[in-house]
Amino acid sequence: MNTHTLSVLVENKPGVLARVSGLFSRRGFNIDSLAVGETEHPEVSRITIVVNADASPLEQVTKQLNKLVNVLKIVELEHNASVQRELILIKVRADRPVRSQVLETVQLFRARVVDVAPDALTIEATGTAEKLDALIRDLEPYGIKEMVQSGMVAIGRGSRSITAGPALRAAS
Amino acid sequence: MNGASALVRSLEELGVDIVFGIPGGAILPAYDPLFDSKKVRHILVRHEQGAGHAATGYAQATGRVGVCMATSGPGATNLVTPIADAYMDSVPMVAITGQVAKSAIGTDAFQEADIQGITLPITKHNYLVQTGEELPRILAEAFHLAATGRPGPVLVDIPKDVLQGQTMFTWPPTLELPGYHPTMHPHGKQIREAARLIASAKRPVFYVGGGVLKAGASAGLRKLAELTGVPVVTTLMARGAFPDSHPQHLGMPGMHGTVSAVYALQRADLIVALGARFDDRVTGKLDSFAPNATIVHADIDPAEIGKNRAADVPIVGDARYVIDELIAAVSAEASDGPAGRERLADWWSQLDDLRDRYPLGWEDPADGTLAPQQVIKRLGEIVGPDAIYVAGVGQHQMWAAQFIKYENPATWLNSGGLGTMGYAVPAAMGAKAGAPDKVVWAIDGDGCFQMTNQELATCALEGIPIKVAVINNGNLGMVRQWQTLFYDERYSNTDLGTHKHRIPDFVKLADALGCVGLRCETVSDLDNTIAAAMAVTDQPVVIDFVVGKDAMVWPMVAAGTSNDEIMFARGVRPRFDEDDI
Repeated sequence: MNTHTLSVLVENKPGVLARVSGLFSRRGFNIDSLAVGETEHPEVSRITIVVNADASPLEQVTKQLNKLVNVLKIVELEHNASVQRELILIKVRADRPVRSQVLETVQLFRARVVDVAPDALTIEATGTAEKLDALIRDLEPYGIKEMVQSGMVAIGRGSRSITAGPALRAAS
Repeated sequence: MNGASALVRSLEELGVDIVFGIPGGAILPAYDPLFDSKKVRHILVRHEQGAGHAATGYAQATGRVGVCMATSGPGATNLVTPIADAYMDSVPMVAITGQVAKSAIGTDAFQEADIQGITLPITKHNYLVQTGEELPRILAEAFHLAATGRPGPVLVDIPKDVLQGQTMFTWPPTLELPGYHPTMHPHGKQIREAARLIASAKRPVFYVGGGVLKAGASAGLRKLAELTGVPVVTTLMARGAFPDSHPQHLGMPGMHGTVSAVYALQRADLIVALGARFDDRVTGKLDSFAPNATIVHADIDPAEIGKNRAADVPIVGDARYVIDELIAAVSAEASDGPAGRERLADWWSQLDDLRDRYPLGWEDPADGTLAPQQVIKRLGEIVGPDAIYVAGVGQHQMWAAQFIKYENPATWLNSGGLGTMGYAVPAAMGAKAGAPDKVVWAIDGDGCFQMTNQELATCALEGIPIKVAVINNGNLGMVRQWQTLFYDERYSNTDLGTHKHRIPDFVKLADALGCVGLRCETVSDLDNTIAAAMAVTDQPVVIDFVVGKDAMVWPMVAAGTSNDEIMFARGVRPRFDEDDI
């Protein structure tokens, strides 16, 4: 099984996310990560879905997604032809004796400290899943108290863009 | 005007002539302007499930969108079964439900149910209307979505305050469906490739599904079949798409298909699937289905192609255009030498031989009881191919698919995908309401009949004189057949007591529901009982055909086994020639 990243452009209407995510579970797929937000057209939302599936079931689920009336366009983003980012917030134990070591790790990963407490630091980092995994691994020895992670967002490299403009224009 | 009037006006503008439904609190505002409508007739049913199946029957008989209406909560949830049924069989239907007022949504208000959420997986699309202004557009979209592309049910849930609130009505509205573009016309390259394969195949079969009926492609199919000489099989959903009397028709494939139809698919070197979906009831064990066949799969729904069986030549398009373009492309392929059926003489001689050796039939019961197959066969012969036949689900459904000869499209209605017991009576009601000049027979089992027979009261009061043949074997017959074959004849909870205790007495029940009730228990009474039912034209009729309980549906491919293991009758495997395998 391989990890695939799907960019799904949908009409920005209530309930659309439930239609899309519900379809995955109904057809027996687990979603690894999901992120949703508005695009350059406020009437269009973009859902980035990371899913583990073989090519043929993935094709089936893509076709089923395409059947949803509110889905405008689906593009699979290849790993090496796209920029992929996740955001993570980590609350890590950092008493005086280890604080400088924690800060060194933060520097190394070009992460940022966004909140400071006497015995803990909250760190913000963005990057690929691999980079964030490495950061987590390095911080683990100090004691991770709490962690929250966003879904992955991704955009294709180069000047070409994915947009639902043609679909919307055709409708009007 | 208020939202309710905008709703009724929209239905009128959309050409709706009949709505099946039941009023209740949340939908009540809609029933007030409906009371005055000169164009929309509301038929008051006895259960919302009946409204849903009636809409389905109406749609399948007429080809138009069927409409049902219910109130919020239990009214809406009672529509769930017919909506799921319409979804599985791709029937164009619009279900309109009342919802509690917007301010009460999410508060567990009286008769509140999230019907939009509940029907998410069983509708082509659904709506929760927010304002009266969007009501006309949403209804127009709902009808458009239901009827075009791969048809299906669409639900429109309307909060009570939207129905009551004042609004502006403008018509026609502009549809806003930027993500909906069904592909109607097939790709020329794929059509040419399919035509090339058809012209060179030695053992081709046209595997015809319900999509051909929905596309109104029956005439084209006949032309294509005669041009190419290719054998045709019609699935349960496609009975009537190709005349049963046609010499190229091998009948129905699948679990209870004819030996020749099942064999033809298994041994084919080319299967051209037209509006069919390789359902498990057709393929049997999927990995042993048609092992040597190249697959041309044409369907209007791209998601069907390659879903169960990989397609070598995928064709996305409406069956009517696919077939018309195949006719043109096949004609262009024509070469010297024998053509059509003559070119396929070897294939046909094998198939004809199987047809001769393994025709559909039955053994008369040893205990002298009436054979259900004989009842259904005789009914078809006496009533003829112009009537509409509507079946429930079970043994009687399979016999009705096997032993009635269908010659025309839209004359065979049944619940194929979902397998909804209780479908027949309300669907027959809907068919008769939509096509009042047709004779409509429901062929039902005693189990099915007891699920939805209350709609006969609706039929009696609304002047919808359907006829019902209850094939009464006193049991849940198909379940009992499986218990006979796979559960060591342990008949757990399949005896309904309709024989033993005559509870209910279907003749008395018919009478109580305002219908003519007749009973037939012997072969000698068969013809005259059917004739007596045909003579009644102003009232619904129910015939209680008391038949033997041991009759079984044959041939049969047991669930989960290969089509190669088809049984012609109990303990009888067809003999296929060695060199065929």
